[in-house]
Amino acid sequence: MTEQKERELYFWLRLVREFEGRVSMLDKQGKIQGGVYSGKGQEAVVVGVCHDLRPDDWIFPLHRDLGAFLLKGADPKRLMAQIFGRREGFAKGKDSFLHGGDFSHCIFGATSMLGSTLPVAVGSAYKFKIRKEDRVAIAFFGEGASSRGDVHEAMNFAGIYKLPVVFVCENNFYAYSTPNELQFAVEDVAVRGPGYGFKGDVCSGNDLHSVMKAAKKAIDRARGGEGPTYLECKTYRYHGHSEHDRATYRSEEELVTWESRDPVERWEVYLEKRKYDVAAIKAETAQRVKKIVDEALAFAEASPWPEGPEAMEDLYAMPIPEE
Amino acid sequence: MQVTYIQAINQAMHEEMARDENVLILGEDVGILGGAFKATEGLLEKFGSERVVDTPIAESLIVGAGVGLAIQGMRAICEMQFIDFISCGFDQIVNMAATLRYRHGGQASCPIVVRGPCGAGVHGGIYHSQNPEAWFFHIPGLKIVAPATAYDAKGLLKAAIRDDDPVIYLEHKFLYRRIKEEIPEGEFIVPIGKAALRKEGRDMTVITYGSPVHAVMKAAKDMASEVDIEVIDLRTLLPLDWKTIRTSVTKTGKALIVHEARRNGGIGGEIAARIAEELFDFLDGPILRVASRDTHNAFATPLEEYIIPNQERITEAIRKLASY
Ligand SMILES: Cc1ncc(C[n+]2csc(CCOP(=O)(O)OP(=O)(O)O)c2C)c(N)n1
Repeated sequence: MTEQKERELYFWLRLVREFEGRVSMLDKQGKIQGGVYSGKGQEAVVVGVCHDLRPDDWIFPLHRDLGAFLLKGADPKRLMAQIFGRREGFAKGKDSFLHGGDFSHCIFGATSMLGSTLPVAVGSAYKFKIRKEDRVAIAFFGEGASSRGDVHEAMNFAGIYKLPVVFVCENNFYAYSTPNELQFAVEDVAVRGPGYGFKGDVCSGNDLHSVMKAAKKAIDRARGGEGPTYLECKTYRYHGHSEHDRATYRSEEELVTWESRDPVERWEVYLEKRKYDVAAIKAETAQRVKKIVDEALAFAEASPWPEGPEAMEDLYAMPIPEE
Repeated sequence: MQVTYIQAINQAMHEEMARDENVLILGEDVGILGGAFKATEGLLEKFGSERVVDTPIAESLIVGAGVGLAIQGMRAICEMQFIDFISCGFDQIVNMAATLRYRHGGQASCPIVVRGPCGAGVHGGIYHSQNPEAWFFHIPGLKIVAPATAYDAKGLLKAAIRDDDPVIYLEHKFLYRRIKEEIPEGEFIVPIGKAALRKEGRDMTVITYGSPVHAVMKAAKDMASEVDIEVIDLRTLLPLDWKTIRTSVTKTGKALIVHEARRNGGIGGEIAARIAEELFDFLDGPILRVASRDTHNAFATPLEEYIIPNQERITEAIRKLASY
């Protein structure tokens, strides 16, 4: 890897953390009306999977993957406006957070129904395949969502047709309060891959190197016509399920253990071992990401609210005239 | 005893699980967490993890396993973390549970309750604000209840748990902690299928249920000098308490239906049609409806306020009907 690439990856890790951190802070200040789901602690997953995607590859982020939007090229300003429910957000205020995707960057907006994007990702991948397009679909889902029927149906189909799709499971050990031992009876959910006729792979979701390596293999496999991969990234969310959740169902010790494997700090240690001037890189990056987030926030706050009657827009391709 | 709407729901489950050891609850985060809104608080501690089951994220399983338990003589409460996710258990409700008795020629009962938070007004956006009653109103074999008070929330949930047919129990999240009222200490039941006459009046009947009951009652009070309104809180949507509606509309000659669910294909349409068919001779004006506009439950405040019925729209409709 070149120094430039290593610094760029650091920038992305930092940007995701800063952006999400700001959103959490705004939520605490009562400035955000909808639910906020922080991915703090899981940044290496979205960075490691998305950093090398092409503009015309599609991603299907889960509710915690704000960072994936940024990596895939979404305008931070519009993303913030989206979170504020303003007119300049992707959904024009019709829904908040990650429910509005950005089609100009091949980013799909999810419904709340967990796992429901996987069949859609698979349908997209089917088209890439039959039209011989050199593109991949990346479907993110939680280990909790892995229990849903939609996930099974999607994977089964993707296996049959060897579709160019990567199923990225962000296993953060809790689905809201539910621990993995009440979610499934296996240690690694990725063992299910072979049951659908494709490979399952497990990586350390807190280690950017580990994610990048596994993601590259999976994406190469998809591009090379070798079919899907069930890629499981073991990670941990620092915050509660949403900002309202105090997460009393897990121990302080467990949280601290994971914080000591922080993906961002880990990358700093790596940069240090590469003998770069890390203090300077940190300072410069901090300034750069702060500027981006400040500008995004100013834009969002200045963006107007939609007006009532706009609630009736965007239902159909051709608006149905009222009599 | 002063309780909130959600405490009433919690009490009903505590009492029914204590009364009948065949009652159990299945749902996401109902045990360790005590529910996303704390509706199931304390149940795990009291009744243990065999009867208070933190399930995987699998609504089809939650309902389907509830049916499996039911045919083996148990009574399952199936919680949807938000009622919107009932869509993921749809098939098990409409094709499995609702037809069970019918397709077995009456041999089988299906005592399950599918309950969860419904309704808008809390910035929930498209997937945390829905009112799905009309999806199920079309299905014979199901019952649907929608309490507006803490008293009814408790009494109807107890009735639903004891009922031998599948009941969809819609708890309005806007009311969870906004409603607090005195309810009796001891055991009571609110029978399924019986509406409540909330206020007597001579000039018109307003038929409503769920969260808008409170806005309608306020309108009835505020407009008392203009118009004498009779208010029916349906409480049960399926089966409809037609007798109460008929008696009232026959007397007042005017009917307005108010619900938070969308107008198009909403329950109000069915009520209006039946009034038109059977009570035409008694009517002194058109049958009016106030409901959510026919769009999705948008997130941004100005959009949500535009969509769901508010005090102003209710007042306007009452004035319009009064003018006939
Ligand atoms: C079908 C469905 N059921 C329930 C929920 C409520 N819910 C939202 S997030 C969540 C936990 C998700 O856990 P997981 O998939 O592991 O993702 P994580 O939040 O841990 O990132 C639940 C139960 C939902 N959104 N969709």
